Amino acid sequence: MTTLSLDHVSRWFGNVVAVNDITMTIGPGVTGLLGPNGAGKSTLINMMGGFLAPSTGTVTLDGQPVWRNEEIYKHIGIVPEREAMYDFLTGREFVVANAELHGLDARAAQRALATVEMEYAQDRKIATYSKGMRQRVKMASALVHDPSLLLLDEPFNGMDPRQRMQLMELLRRMGDEGRTVLFSSHILEEVEQLAWHIEVIVAGRHAASGDFRRIRRLMTDRPHRYLVRSSDDRALAAALIADPSTSGIEVDHAEGALRVQAVDFARFTALLPRVAKAHGIRLLTVSPSDESLESVFSYLVAA
Amino acid sequence: MYDPTVARLTYRALLGRRRALILGALPLLLVVIAVAVRGLTGADDQTAVNVLGGFALATMVPIIGVIAGTGAIGPEIDDGSVVYLLSKPVKRPTIIFTKLIVAIGVTMAFSAVPTLIAGLILNGNGQQIAVAYTVAALVASIAYAALFLLLGTVSRHAVVFGLVYALVWEALFGSLVAGARTLSVQQWSLAVAHKVAGGDLVTSDVGLTTATVLLVAVTVLATWYAGQRLRSLTLAGEE
Ligand SMILES: Nc1ncnc2c1ncn2[C@@H]1O[C@H](COP(=O)(O)OP(=O)(O)OP(=O)(O)O)[C@@H](O)[C@H]1O
Ligand SMILES: [Mg+2]
Repeated sequence: MTTLSLDHVSRWFGNVVAVNDITMTIGPGVTGLLGPNGAGKSTLINMMGGFLAPSTGTVTLDGQPVWRNEEIYKHIGIVPEREAMYDFLTGREFVVANAELHGLDARAAQRALATVEMEYAQDRKIATYSKGMRQRVKMASALVHDPSLLLLDEPFNGMDPRQRMQLMELLRRMGDEGRTVLFSSHILEEVEQLAWHIEVIVAGRHAASGDFRRIRRLMTDRPHRYLVRSSDDRALAAALIADPSTSGIEVDHAEGALRVQAVDFARFTALLPRVAKAHGIRLLTVSPSDESLESVFSYLVAA
Repeated sequence: MYDPTVARLTYRALLGRRRALILGALPLLLVVIAVAVRGLTGADDQTAVNVLGGFALATMVPIIGVIAGTGAIGPEIDDGSVVYLLSKPVKRPTIIFTKLIVAIGVTMAFSAVPTLIAGLILNGNGQQIAVAYTVAALVASIAYAALFLLLGTVSRHAVVFGLVYALVWEALFGSLVAGARTLSVQQWSLAVAHKVAGGDLVTSDVGLTTATVLLVAVTVLATWYAGQRLRSLTLAGEE
């Protein structure tokens, strides 16, 4: 039983607050860390992996501090976001080196390479690998010592659908075995398919937490604000307000546009083009009008 | 204290094709100069001292030290691949100590060996000059490797700072300001060379005792501090 605990963790870089007072507990099973680009996912994972000190707060693994505690890596496997590896080595040499650094031998490396199905290319230089192959060798290097906690930063980036399926299968298996698996992603579908539990990070804050049904409901139920420009704003406003999916409309004279607040996201996005067409109105711009949680969520849902 | 896997990774990175070419260029140049000078002027003790002191010890050794010392860790930190070392239950000072040994080995191989060869070509080790400068190069390799390994650990611009130190401080500043010469790896190693050669062809601005103390202190402190810095090295985003 491995539990990673974050207690009021913040991290800032100069005056940029990358992670803002996050408290969460990650237990066995697969957890997805979901958030748009720049949300603070990598910063959070770096702190979970002991590569970055929190500005305030603590990160512990079963009560042990993670920062400045190299013994903790007996229990943690890490798949970093960055591409750089020892490109001048072959895949096998790389994984063997990782095993040796854990005090293990080549057999452990061979097992890990088999787990990620990279044996066929293990004697090629890493420099010649595709992105998906690199990702799998990184995965093998994280698995050599059979860790109970696995941290993966954007592991599906650059993978083709088949490789993605295989990795998902592998992570699911790890979760079923009772390991604690945490991966980050900015794509809701990806997280929904795999994670038993989702933690949403937006602009450094812990925005939501729960299983995918709950997250999806939270995202779609919130009111959404749009900025709409069209060939006839007044006629469009009159037509939209008649529908219950629209809860408010303002004419913004300075912008020369409408500000529309929609309560039913799915219905509104279907309604808007239909209404415009029926009234012979051309839509010029439709964009989420602010970078608030809501618009970010709608972005996530649409992605 | 010494981890063979870390050593192997460091050797492979340092002696990769491009870096090996750079490391090999200066020693080759030294040998070419030695052959040319010997051919033009014949064997002469003072000329041997000028070439070995002026080029080998003052320029080549520190530059090789910069390349090997910073190269043993800097690129890994820059591109983030050091994460594969740091995510292991290996003591940080062990990583640094191992990299230091490798950096020293590489610096010695690419600086002391060619210095000996050039010395033999120049005057056939007359007055012990070739051996004296070889010993100086060996001693300097240790201190340079430690200093520049530390620099590679703390700065992203280690190579630039290293070259500035090696060329501006050791060569230029040292000849203008007397105090700077006391704080110079080159002068410390010359003190050792003076002891080996005897006589007054090979001279140093510092005494042997001072030189030895400073060499040991700089090497130990730089290595210790690099280990501390690696313990709190942070890996952040792409910025
Ligand atoms: N070393 C750093 N120096 C300054 N700012 C940083 C640093 N690392 C991250 N940041 C900032 O912190 C915020 C969070 O970055 P982070 O990389 O954690 O986001 P992310 O969710 O991983 O994004 P992505 O999906 O693009 O990987 C961003 O605003 C980023 O610019
Ligand atoms: Mg990231």
